[in-house]
Amino acid sequence: MKYTLTVNGQSRTVDVAPETPLLWVLRDSLELVGTKYGCGVGLCGACTIHLNGEATKACMTPVSTVGRKKVTTIEGLAPSAEKLHPLQQAWCELDVAQCGYCQAGQLMTAASLLKDTPKPTDEEIDGAMAGNLCRCATYTRIRAGIKRAAAITAGTKEAAQ
Amino acid sequence: MSTLNTPTLAGPVSRRDFFKISGLAGGGLALAFYIKSGGDAAAAEMASGDFTPNAFIRISPAGKVTIVSKQPEMGQGVKTSLPMIIAEQLEVPWKDIAIEQGDFDAKYGNQSAGGSQSTPANYDNFHLLGATARTMLVEAAAQTWGVPAGECRAEKATVVHSSGKSLGYGQLAAKAATLPVPAKEAVKLKDPKDFKLLGTRVAQFDSAKIVTGQSLFGIDVKLPGMLYAVYEKCPAFGGKVVSANLDQIKTLPGVKDAFVIEGNGKVKELVPGVAIIADSTWAAFSARKQLKIVWDEGKVASESWETFVAEAKAKASQPGAKTLRKDGDPDAALASAAKTVTAEYVYPFISHANLEPQNTTALWKDGVMEIWSPTQIPSIGIGLVTKVLGIPADKIKLHINRAGGGFGRRIGADYLIEAAAIAQKVNAPVKLTWSREDDLKHDQYRPGGLHFLKGGVDAQGKVVAWKNHFFTFGEGGNPGSGGALSGDEFPGRWIANYQADQTMFETGWPMGPWRAPGSCVFAWVIHSFIDELAHAGGRDPLELRLELLGDKDEMPAGSGGAAAKGGKGGGPAYSVARMRNVLKFAAEKAGWGKKKFAKGSGSGIAFHFSHRGYFAQVAEVTVSKDGQLKVDRFVTGADIGAQIVNLSGAENQVEGSVIDGLGVLMLQELNIERGRTVQSNFNDYPLIRITDAPSKIETHFLKTNHPTTGLGEPALPPVAPAICNAIFAATGKRVRQMPLSRTDLRWS
Repeated sequence: MKYTLTVNGQSRTVDVAPETPLLWVLRDSLELVGTKYGCGVGLCGACTIHLNGEATKACMTPVSTVGRKKVTTIEGLAPSAEKLHPLQQAWCELDVAQCGYCQAGQLMTAASLLKDTPKPTDEEIDGAMAGNLCRCATYTRIRAGIKRAAAITAGTKEAAQ
Repeated sequence: MSTLNTPTLAGPVSRRDFFKISGLAGGGLALAFYIKSGGDAAAAEMASGDFTPNAFIRISPAGKVTIVSKQPEMGQGVKTSLPMIIAEQLEVPWKDIAIEQGDFDAKYGNQSAGGSQSTPANYDNFHLLGATARTMLVEAAAQTWGVPAGECRAEKATVVHSSGKSLGYGQLAAKAATLPVPAKEAVKLKDPKDFKLLGTRVAQFDSAKIVTGQSLFGIDVKLPGMLYAVYEKCPAFGGKVVSANLDQIKTLPGVKDAFVIEGNGKVKELVPGVAIIADSTWAAFSARKQLKIVWDEGKVASESWETFVAEAKAKASQPGAKTLRKDGDPDAALASAAKTVTAEYVYPFISHANLEPQNTTALWKDGVMEIWSPTQIPSIGIGLVTKVLGIPADKIKLHINRAGGGFGRRIGADYLIEAAAIAQKVNAPVKLTWSREDDLKHDQYRPGGLHFLKGGVDAQGKVVAWKNHFFTFGEGGNPGSGGALSGDEFPGRWIANYQADQTMFETGWPMGPWRAPGSCVFAWVIHSFIDELAHAGGRDPLELRLELLGDKDEMPAGSGGAAAKGGKGGGPAYSVARMRNVLKFAAEKAGWGKKKFAKGSGSGIAFHFSHRGYFAQVAEVTVSKDGQLKVDRFVTGADIGAQIVNLSGAENQVEGSVIDGLGVLMLQELNIERGRTVQSNFNDYPLIRITDAPSKIETHFLKTNHPTTGLGEPALPPVAPAICNAIFAATGKRVRQMPLSRTDLRWS
């Protein structure tokens, strides 16, 4: 079946079986490998993407259900090629990652959190991020990274005013 | 096969005999070093057997400085930390350095990442590499100007003369390439007090790629015309394929081929199974659901964890099959002790659960096997391809990919040999991807174990006797990796009346090194039981530990104990002074003994020496009345020598180890029934999540005048006992079984 998807602002057409999870469409058909396979059953969060801005597990999303929803992957999180998302900046600044395999999913979930909750507390962070496993256990830095990103965003807004 | 804590990997690669310079195309400077092949352990690791020259530093005429990282990167940060050493000595600003991952190549010397050895094995050589290149660039400038080299200095990738004139490294590269390599004695290393980069916090070199989702990992490899493979193995370890519905599978959408691989009869090498080759990962995953295979499960299907546990309990009071150490007369000392404690400690098999499932891409073309793999010890994979498929090492090319977690799992190369065996039957590059279920059900597990302990204290609470009957698992008479207790393991060698016996169960279960093999569980047993003895004798847990360590500064390398003389199991030399100091240091940082805790809260302490690192840790916990544990604060004191290479990476390793150790304690348990793993995914094999991560983790490095050592492992072992000892202080409940869910922590 042919599906035309909007991925990171671009229209992309793929020819795959209807039940194919969006995860594998992204990775194998569209060569966007930043979205990761970890468990295939929605338990680890490594495949987290945004559908119309909402954090969604791509391994649990058949391509046939995507329709016209806008797909954003880690490759499309930065506002431009020259400027990283505040979370990406914070992640580099604080050296959050160890192996880095889960971090795309962490960042996509965190971006969704910050959109709704610009200044999250530890409890709000833990609540939002509980679906994302990090086997290297970089959790304390993930918390710090989200707070740093919130501060960067607040600072940017203040600077703009 | 090396494990993470065997001394074979511990031998530093120190055979740097001479440097060689060679001109690069385009006039660049390439600095290579030779390591003479010889009988040392590092050389024996190499598949090819020979060490040949290798270039680590490349400076182009345009001034671009590239450093090759030879070690596999799996999150331990080595792709950043080792190049930092070269950059420091070379006097090139970090922002101007490019780093390339080296392929597997004999010219690089040992490329094994395991046993926390990457730093100690390469530290001195990498200083010398950078300093030698700097010396030559300075000489090139001096000759260009016709001035003594002593009037020149290197800074910020330029050489500056005392008159103020300067030349950039790029301008000097062609000239430097014509110079003889100075002898080691003629190369001046920087004084550590002048270090500008080492010891600072540097973000991983690949950070930007990680946060923007660029292709980095083994599982991200894509080649033109590549096909996708899955490989179904018998649920019971090592079972053979009797028949499979291959004809039906071949008709399924996207499927290109399906075939049986016989295997080589080794459960950690090429295991029998059915391969499905398809035009996408999902087509292969989908077709796999239709597989119908008749298996010959073999004798392993009669082996279950619970049966072994029952047998161990029945045999616990009998003498062990082997005495690892016997000093003095433990039975008499126990009989005359003022108080004795008897305890049974049990921990299960666990999995590594790397978040990136095992995978490898391979291409068999024109008699050459080209492989892309996230591997920790590439030479093991090469060795297996030669052994199992008969392909000579010089016909194997191996590209090392970033690994989504290592933890010892990717020392095994079962997934690599599977991909190579599949590729040999496919006329295209093929990527094998394990499912999460494959990963859990076909790991090379950390062995479980049981310890039946008796200890005695005298009227003053001094430990006078220690007896342990340890039950472990293995094959062919040898315990699995991390399943061998040394007779010299602390407190063996320290207590006058000491005995450790071992009984091993023969199994066909695959076992392999898991982060700090052996230490990751032995420290828990030992320091929990020391705590039991402290409380029995009415002693402060810190003070009793200091008394146990004693006044001697050094415990010489042991022979494995009197009873095991001539056998293996000799313990390493143990600096009692370093351990004592780091224990006091951690206690001081934590404010041990100075805090008042309400009922339900408390602190615990533990220490351990492994992988050349001395670690002491203090946990502060709260247990709610309904038995929920919360780690409020966790303090680590660490002595890994004179120099922290990358402070950010170092702290990250310790923080990760602390949370990993807590996660294992809280959650991880793998049941093996009838020779197969019961658990299948993160629903029944949960990992620790952010909600259970402590909010206060403090890491303190005690700098000492000792060689710099590694950090991937040694921070983990004391974590679980420090927490369990804190749980006891908080609740009076002693945790003697992992995971924590097996102990009722409710209190009132």
